[in-house]
Amino acid sequence: MRRFVLLSIAAILSAAIAGCADKAPEPQGEQPIRIGLVAKSLGNGFFDAVHKGADEAAGALGAQVIFTGPTTPTAEGQIEVLNALIAQRVDAIAVSANDPDALVPTLKRAMQRGIEVISYDSAVAPEGRIAHLAPSSDELIGQTVAQLAAELAPNGAGKIAVVSATPTSTNQNAWLAELRKALPQYPGLSLVSVVYGDDVSDKSYRETVALVKQHPDLNVVISLSSVGLVAAAKAIEDQGLGGKVHVTGLGLPSELAGYVRNGIVPKFAIWNPIDLGYAATQIAVRLARGESAQQPVSMERLGTVTFDTSGIGAMGKPFIYDASNVAEFEKVF
Amino acid sequence: MNASLSAASRRDLVFGILTVALLAAVSVAFPSFASPANLADVLNDTSILILLALGQMLVIVTRGIDLSVAANLALSGMIVALLNRSFPAIGVLPIICIAALSGGVLGAFNGLLVWKLRLPPIVVTLGTMSIYRGVIYLLSQGAWVNENEMSREFLRFVRWDFVELTTLSWLAIVVALLGFIALRYSGAGRDMYAAGGNPTAAQYCGIDPGRMQFIAYVISGALAGVCGYLWVARFAVAYTDIALGFELQVIAACLIGGVAIAGGVGSVFGVVLGCLFIGIIRNALPLVGISAFWQMFINGLVILAAVLLSARQRERKRSILEAV
Repeated sequence: MRRFVLLSIAAILSAAIAGCADKAPEPQGEQPIRIGLVAKSLGNGFFDAVHKGADEAAGALGAQVIFTGPTTPTAEGQIEVLNALIAQRVDAIAVSANDPDALVPTLKRAMQRGIEVISYDSAVAPEGRIAHLAPSSDELIGQTVAQLAAELAPNGAGKIAVVSATPTSTNQNAWLAELRKALPQYPGLSLVSVVYGDDVSDKSYRETVALVKQHPDLNVVISLSSVGLVAAAKAIEDQGLGGKVHVTGLGLPSELAGYVRNGIVPKFAIWNPIDLGYAATQIAVRLARGESAQQPVSMERLGTVTFDTSGIGAMGKPFIYDASNVAEFEKVF
Repeated sequence: MNASLSAASRRDLVFGILTVALLAAVSVAFPSFASPANLADVLNDTSILILLALGQMLVIVTRGIDLSVAANLALSGMIVALLNRSFPAIGVLPIICIAALSGGVLGAFNGLLVWKLRLPPIVVTLGTMSIYRGVIYLLSQGAWVNENEMSREFLRFVRWDFVELTTLSWLAIVVALLGFIALRYSGAGRDMYAAGGNPTAAQYCGIDPGRMQFIAYVISGALAGVCGYLWVARFAVAYTDIALGFELQVIAACLIGGVAIAGGVGSVFGVVLGCLFIGIIRNALPLVGISAFWQMFINGLVILAAVLLSARQRERKRSILEAV
């Protein structure tokens, strides 16, 4: 009798398990599309914000987001969670890679099993993904910074100067070139000087002090490096020029919140992690539904993204942070 | 002794004149540079360099070198920044004491390796330089301590004005005076020169050159620790890479100031002049509008020229020794 009970329990259990297993390989039909969204690490405010945006997009598209990541930001940890996602047979994976190359074999295996793989924020090497969503592009960054300078200069006119990193920094020079291209749209602005703080606090600070001494009528100091921006803001504050000379550029809310509050940096730009999660999820769901990355892909409220021949696309202009929203994001990243 | 001293002071004099000439040249191109307010700014900007270079001088005089000063500065600065973030009510005095203690311990670690294990100073401090940077990363998890996370007292201390000069400048002046008196008039100060000038002879006189090196590293470390707080408060940010590569500027200031890299020679006055020279150059070149590449070039040229001056001076000293 007891044996019969045990046997029947075993039979029911195995039937139940088999039933579960049977359900999984049914990608079509009424099953919602499932997206594995992989963070660099869990417990990181930036990726919590990414998750928030991803849930928003998934809600709109009727998809489901599985947000996961390693506890420490390592490639090994990401490989483990990726293997788990492959075993769960998700429809698409979006990953911000801790290492561009280490994840490639695992992601290739995922793609062989029909999972659409994209990277966002931090790219995976081209052979390990279909597309990469960069938060922004050099061109959009240059345009945004020019716009910020025009908004901060009195009546959109005045002298601006740039505190760059090193004279040989590729990123910085690309952004600077795009900034120069965008400036003719704002005829009131004149770029009087570009100085190099070498991405170290003391030199950036000193160069900023020299800038305001050399150009007493300077209106806006721009820095596209976070070290430079913070140092320039402190220099302007120490020189007692707050309110007269505005500082802006690319930086993180956590680093700049204090300067936004005291008005030294009234506004600045950087990507919005919520939008990034939203866009990555939009793209992942649409690719899983069979859209092609060769065509422009819609991101609904963020417009469309076009991936170039190497599969890289830009989400959009950097997001502008000011006193109205910096408090919300300073805890995030 | 007397002859070599006067040779050194003659060199300092020549160098002092050069510094004034440099100042005059810059003032022609940019008249407001020589205004007292601007010169006070330059001194303020050079103070941390002066403090570090004085410590470095002791280490070099005793035939060592301390490549880890900037990493020590960054680590001690991060320690006090984290402390201040967790306990904003903690006063500035405890902060400075903790910074000096942390710096002193890190310096003592260098000193012990050099003294007790007789390891080459350049190798030891090259290693600890990386170790200290690594520890900052472990402590901070790579995150920044930002201005809005520092208490107002913490940030204000370095900005207090007293007789037109900031706390930073006064600290540099006081430490330079103390260093001058200690090195010239105290027995321990003379022992340092003896240990560096001729370790074997010093040993016979009952001076332990290794112990002198140890003391030099501890002092250099403690100064670097205090500078860690000063740096973090001045630039209002602490992260892993602050003052990256600054040790080279510190060593350059010593060399320009006439400290012999082989040990035994160096004066507080010379080092302060060397620092001011660098300070004037790095504050003036951006004002005159010289390109960033030329700034590096000129800095290098000045170091070479200064070393050339020191080398000539050393030859003279050796010939005196041989004559006697």
